[in-house]
Amino acid sequence: MAIACETLIDGLLLGALYALFGLGLSISLGVMRMINIAHGDFIVVGAYLTSLTMQSAGVQPLTSLVVVVPAMFILGWLLQRLLLNYVVGGSMFAPLLVTFGLSVIIQNLLQETFTADTRSLQAGDIARRGFEVGSISIGILPLLSAGVAVLLFALTHLLLARTHFGRQSRAVADDPATARLIGVDDRNFFAIVTGFVFAVIAIASVLYAMRTPFSPSAGPERLLYSFEAVVLGGLGSLWGTLAGGLVIGVAQLFGARISSGLGPFFGHLIFLLLLLARPNGFFNRQAR
Amino acid sequence: MLRTERLRACYGLFQALFDVNIRVGPSEVVALIGSNGAGKSTLFRSIVGSVRVSPRSVWLDDVAVGGETERRQLNRGVVLVPEGRQLFPSLSVLENLQLAARNGRRGQWTIERLFDELSVLRPLSKRPATSLSGGQQQLVAIGRALVTNPSYLLCDEVSLGLSPLAVTDVYSLLKKASADGTAIVLVEQNVNRALSESDRFYCLQKGRVMLEGESAAADRAKVAQAYFGV
Repeated sequence: MAIACETLIDGLLLGALYALFGLGLSISLGVMRMINIAHGDFIVVGAYLTSLTMQSAGVQPLTSLVVVVPAMFILGWLLQRLLLNYVVGGSMFAPLLVTFGLSVIIQNLLQETFTADTRSLQAGDIARRGFEVGSISIGILPLLSAGVAVLLFALTHLLLARTHFGRQSRAVADDPATARLIGVDDRNFFAIVTGFVFAVIAIASVLYAMRTPFSPSAGPERLLYSFEAVVLGGLGSLWGTLAGGLVIGVAQLFGARISSGLGPFFGHLIFLLLLLARPNGFFNRQAR
Repeated sequence: MLRTERLRACYGLFQALFDVNIRVGPSEVVALIGSNGAGKSTLFRSIVGSVRVSPRSVWLDDVAVGGETERRQLNRGVVLVPEGRQLFPSLSVLENLQLAARNGRRGQWTIERLFDELSVLRPLSKRPATSLSGGQQQLVAIGRALVTNPSYLLCDEVSLGLSPLAVTDVYSLLKKASADGTAIVLVEQNVNRALSESDRFYCLQKGRVMLEGESAAADRAKVAQAYFGV
């Protein structure tokens, strides 16, 4: 029983990180109707950027966020302005193909620059510490990353629900042509949205790299988990993405209990089964 | 003065407007009359920048402003109320207005003033915009354009599909805007109404101006001829 409880909690904590991977994807899909196939690779780029920052500045991973978050924001802004704005708004296929190409390029560039070896961040003491609740032990780092994930979901929700940025986002998502008529400069706005998405990616990648070793080819698997979280929750539903991520995380860890190599497999299996049961996801507001 | 000069607009290979010249003076009310496909909506969309046209085909106070983005035209005070209202369903009535007010120019039309003028909307402000009745939605759509404080308000099919009572409300709102010095260009299916609400009119047919004149002195037979092309 205690083992099941611990697995459940660990799964939820891991799932929150997957949900955080999915948050950026959910936003770009919801606002720009665009799927970024290179999403996972940018998570890995963020991890390498963190590693570089730590080496050159000699700081802790969490301190490196001060550099990595703005750097990733600028990267996202530039990417949207210089490349993605030319393919967004038409068919779904153009952005898919362009970002697929981007994914291949990024993986090869990373391999060229950093070799194919896995790297890990020296997270220091925080990665090893934990505490006991009854017979269940909980790690500080997983708890911290889950807390950050939930906080970011809440902040994003407030941003979309309460601010001018959010009103612009929802208006563009509803009807880009009319949004332009009332002064939403969508190209410029999309650049800011992608910047925001990349800032979220930056935080996710630091938390990810602190607990898992990474390599240039780790991106597609991150994308897959992100994607499962988004689809499971229902396209366009923020809280659905969080729930989706949690489900995938729990399924993976229970799977790993059954057989240590089968964690991801069970994650995909549960995803498939739930998708068969609810093809539109848990929280789909409506089929647009 | 807002005017077009030999305005041509194309959708791909299809040319929708052929050398259209119209002018709208400050605080004037001008009606565009024409059947479906005459090019009225295209004319509007060319002026506000949704359809790309050459720079020297649209002039605002003797500055060539053709082909610029909707955002820049909005900041210059040229705003379109699109056909079919096009409120954002994910936004409440108030949010639709807030979005426009924030992006637009400052002036006498504030959200507060709009709710004062249209007291029926105030209790509905938190409701999703598209849950309102057609007439109320049209008022919000016009209001959404008004709170950007335009100098030139272009209204496409303002009364299409509305009850006679709702049409009266729409025109009374437009009269208030006009009284404050906003120039209005309106597309209206009801020719008599269009002529009675406007100072001048243009008849468009197949992308060309067929007839223009003072609305009060309009010859109904000629207007009908220009409308139907018989």
